[in-house]
Amino acid sequence: MKTILSLTVNGVERDDVVPDNLLLVDYLRDKIGLTGTKIGCDGGECGACTVLIDGRPRHACLTLATTCKGATVETVDGLSRDSRLTALQRGFNEKLGAQCGFCTPGMIMASEALLRRNPDPSENDIRDALAANICRCTGYVKIIEAVQYAAKALAEQELVA
Amino acid sequence: MEFMPELDLHHPATVEDAIKAYADAPDGRYLAGGSDMLVNIRRGIEQPDTLVYLNGIPEMHGITDNGDHITIGGATILREVAESDLLGEHFTAVATAAGEVAGPSHREYGTLGGNLCLDTRCVFYNQSEWWRAANDYCLKYRGEICHVAPGGKKCFAAFSGDVAPALLIFDAEVEIAGPNNEGGRRRIPLAELYNNDGMDHLTLTKGELVVAVHIPKPQDGASSGYAKSRVRGSIDFPLAGVALRIAVAEGKITDLRVALTGISPLPFLAKGMEKFIGREPDQACLEDLRDRIRTQAKAMKTTMTPPHYRRRVAGGLAQKLAESIF
Repeated sequence: MKTILSLTVNGVERDDVVPDNLLLVDYLRDKIGLTGTKIGCDGGECGACTVLIDGRPRHACLTLATTCKGATVETVDGLSRDSRLTALQRGFNEKLGAQCGFCTPGMIMASEALLRRNPDPSENDIRDALAANICRCTGYVKIIEAVQYAAKALAEQELVA
Repeated sequence: MEFMPELDLHHPATVEDAIKAYADAPDGRYLAGGSDMLVNIRRGIEQPDTLVYLNGIPEMHGITDNGDHITIGGATILREVAESDLLGEHFTAVATAAGEVAGPSHREYGTLGGNLCLDTRCVFYNQSEWWRAANDYCLKYRGEICHVAPGGKKCFAAFSGDVAPALLIFDAEVEIAGPNNEGGRRRIPLAELYNNDGMDHLTLTKGELVVAVHIPKPQDGASSGYAKSRVRGSIDFPLAGVALRIAVAEGKITDLRVALTGISPLPFLAKGMEKFIGREPDQACLEDLRDRIRTQAKAMKTTMTPPHYRRRVAGGLAQKLAESIF
């Protein structure tokens, strides 16, 4: 069966006709072309497909698209503004938080959720928030540094503003 | 078969609508968070033609204080259970166990009811279609023999939900709605929700679902906790999970209850705990506790980690937990 799915993706309101069995990750990547979100394990183990649904990190590969009716979905594609990277994206770049880069979209979205509710996280807070995201390259140290860099940058931005 | 089959998804707004949608489907399933169910569907273990989505039912959400007991809706997400001050105060083990389920992103959509009704798990079962086909399937699904115990006709797939043992030590009851009795509700002790059979581990009849969990507040001021052993510390099902509740007055144990998960096809309360009442919780007593739990943790070869390790670690967890909480 197909239904009309109305939701907000990266700030844009959309109405799409989607089949009931369509997964959110396939909707994002194949239907509307937002390929920033990656498919890693296909089973909720790796976290590469993490997106924010109503501000909370969830796996797009284990969410049926039509269960997101009326929801606000945010993906890594929608973070930058006016061609400027966000503090988190700069952090992953500056601190070498990405090597092969496949886990990075998931890492960034999970970190984004963390920094929104806790702008000054401890190292343990960061480790807890990223527990469902697997990286096979970095050993996580650089990823944690990237999130710390972003938290610091955001705090300084607040001071200037 | 790593794809989704054709199916209809229903979005009922009430429990009654959900039961009706299920009854009208030739081969339906209830879908809550889906963090385990959708994986099984994609691996070809389940091939339903209809899913009935429960998370849009307002009645099934929320944690409420009813004076002498607390009620948790079946579709309440695990993060809310883990972060609830109400539960943290009276039922530490329940909040802790919910916070130990999988990773933070799973707890954003995994639900309490889903965790209680979680399908049993086995290293020969939770595999891709290709893997299972190459291994001639198994007793639990499509196959002739059990690879864990090839001689037997019983399935040993282990129940691996974290929250069930924590609810067992508090005598929780589950409220079940179903098509019988004209959609009436029934309430049973949580222990009666489970069978000791990996193929048919729930006593729910066709079309029934867990609407809510009711937990009576403990009167004796007992402390409780939950601990699990797992392959990956960040996310994983328990190799063994132990929930423990203990009260000590004037240096003597007045109440001790222990429940285990991840070991057998059902979560269960450990037997013989009344023998510890009146004893001093010293080193010798806790080592006795460890040994008693170890003999009851009859793990089978359902994980990559060998059974004898899980048996030992279950005892060890109980001992450590008791040391850390009274």
